[in-house]
Amino acid sequence: MKHNGSKFTPPGVRLPKCPTGIHGLDEITGGGLPRGRPTLVCGGAGCGKTLFAAEFLVRGAEEFGEAGVFMSFEETDAELKANVASLGFDLANLVRRKRILLEHIYIERSEIHETGEYDLEGLFVRLNLAIDSIGAKRVVLDTLEALFAGLPNEAILRAELRRLFRWLKTKGVTAVITAERGREQLTRHGLEEYVSDCVILLDHRVNDQIATRHLRVVKYRGALHGTNEFPFLIGDHGLSVLPITSLGLNHKVSSKRVSTGIPRLDAMLSGRGFFRGSSILLTGTPGTGKTITAACFAQAAARRGERVLFFSFEESPDQIIRNMRSIGLRLEPLVTSGLLRLRSARPTLYGLEMHLATMFKEIASFRPDVVIIDPITSLMVAGTDYETKGMITRLIDYLKGGQVTSLFTSLTHGGHALQQSEIAMSSLMDSWLLLQDLEGNGERNRVLYVIKARGMAHSNQVREFLISNRGIDLVDAYIGPNGVLTGSARAAQSAREKAEALAGRQEASRRKRELENKRKELERQIGGLRSEYESGTEELRRIDNQVGTQTRLLTTERSELGRLRHADADVVNGARARHNSRREKR
Amino acid sequence: MKAKPVKRIASRFRAGKLWYLRLYVAGQTPNSIAAFSNLKKICEDHLSGRYNIEVIDLLVKPKLASGDQILAIPTLVRKLPQPVRKIIGDLSDTEHVLVGLNLLPAN
Repeated sequence: MKHNGSKFTPPGVRLPKCPTGIHGLDEITGGGLPRGRPTLVCGGAGCGKTLFAAEFLVRGAEEFGEAGVFMSFEETDAELKANVASLGFDLANLVRRKRILLEHIYIERSEIHETGEYDLEGLFVRLNLAIDSIGAKRVVLDTLEALFAGLPNEAILRAELRRLFRWLKTKGVTAVITAERGREQLTRHGLEEYVSDCVILLDHRVNDQIATRHLRVVKYRGALHGTNEFPFLIGDHGLSVLPITSLGLNHKVSSKRVSTGIPRLDAMLSGRGFFRGSSILLTGTPGTGKTITAACFAQAAARRGERVLFFSFEESPDQIIRNMRSIGLRLEPLVTSGLLRLRSARPTLYGLEMHLATMFKEIASFRPDVVIIDPITSLMVAGTDYETKGMITRLIDYLKGGQVTSLFTSLTHGGHALQQSEIAMSSLMDSWLLLQDLEGNGERNRVLYVIKARGMAHSNQVREFLISNRGIDLVDAYIGPNGVLTGSARAAQSAREKAEALAGRQEASRRKRELENKRKELERQIGGLRSEYESGTEELRRIDNQVGTQTRLLTTERSELGRLRHADADVVNGARARHNSRREKR
Repeated sequence: MKAKPVKRIASRFRAGKLWYLRLYVAGQTPNSIAAFSNLKKICEDHLSGRYNIEVIDLLVKPKLASGDQILAIPTLVRKLPQPVRKIIGDLSDTEHVLVGLNLLPAN
């Protein structure tokens, strides 16, 4: 992954630079050391001067095709080979291939007697031979100050050193000269007086029992350079300088979204989760479910086929896997398939810079899409606040530069959920989730808020955060007149509501039944009345018929009688009969 | 050239009777010329007949510089008798040279 920071662009003619290949240094110096000129590297004992010099040569030979001469005044060839092997450099091989020439210069004062005038032509001859024999473009003199111990006449020595640096320039080699840090000067013997083109100071200090190495470009004639102190590390792949401020805020952003692994949380983040490549802070007091949330996110990402790197500073990989299994998150298959990598380290194991370098190295080799650091606050014990912030800034910048989504959990102590350090850190984060304990009714319950989520409309609601053996669930917290209710209080409240609803339903159905009964009763009554009425009607009709028949018979009889009597009173009789039948009907 | 005289008079060297001296120079510089003539004189005065001086010009044979760990020019190396001793400079201080060669005890 390359830093995408802005490069220094000096005005006018650019000084030709000789890239060191040392990670980060070429960015600070805008391309490397001044080509064809000597550079002084000074520092106290154990600062990494020799390793700096050796890496300059090895990288030159391996990466830039420039052969180099290592002139050592202290270590023998064998010692040197063994020492740089710890950085993963195969010096012996480079020596065999004639890319590097080691020349050990041994001076023992007790063997040397001085009588009269002399010069250091022997050194020049040897250096010249070494340079010419392999066509070297780079030279290391480590460390010239041994000459001061070996040769009694300082006046001659100084004159010869001046001549040496001039000679190196005319020879056109890029030289690194190491020197011991002096008390009042940069170097013990004032070598900076002669090497005036570029001076780099290495420093190894202990702060609160934690040692950090720093590098500073004190002087770089003819070029702009970063003047800050930059932390640097000696890892097993050589030195790496970590520029705090080398990065501009100009990383590309993605508008793609990634799921959090918790559907309800996605819903709170305008339905689609976090932005890819964003940085997420997850703060909470102990036991609020930070690691679980992080693991959910990790699992979801790995299931999508993304590569996830999980740094844990509290639990071992096995412990994480076991603990997550208890809530139904199965991380093992993802680890086996290589999509999820768990890395654990004790925060106090080494200094902050070393942690950062280890993480960088892991990230560079694994190339993850998602990086989780659980918890970032553990690292704060490994450095001061200022250093931690610087480190996190660099880490975030590095991850953002590579479009890696990063999730940091942060442990807060005590009742204050938002501590000063978090507030400082949160400005670096794109999204911030807060997990909190609510205490009440003799229990603690977890709730989750989305404090901020840059670039998306997010929910402002508090959600209750439930952890069961089937994973995480978010439920709406009950918000009533007495505040937010969670846990059993919420359960009790919802039970109460349920009971009330049930009672209401029962009452309604009872009334319904009553009404139904009443209706049925009425219908029954209506049925009785109707049948009574119908039987009355029937009776009436029967009577009617009876009357009609009687009348007819009577009329017939009368007509017969009349006919027999020859009476003509049928009209009168007929009228009387009709009258009678009408009266009966009524 | 270097090996021949050593072989021939090896037994005498072993006996510690013969001195084998090497003077490293780099071209005909005033210091080198002075050193050689000073050395010659000291040897004639103190080691007459039992010394051998080999002058090595590093401009001609630069590869020989590393063998005796030569830095300063001129350097006189007492190869034999053992132990090896080195004297740098133009050898103008005779007393120092004699002390250096262990021909005079150091005061």
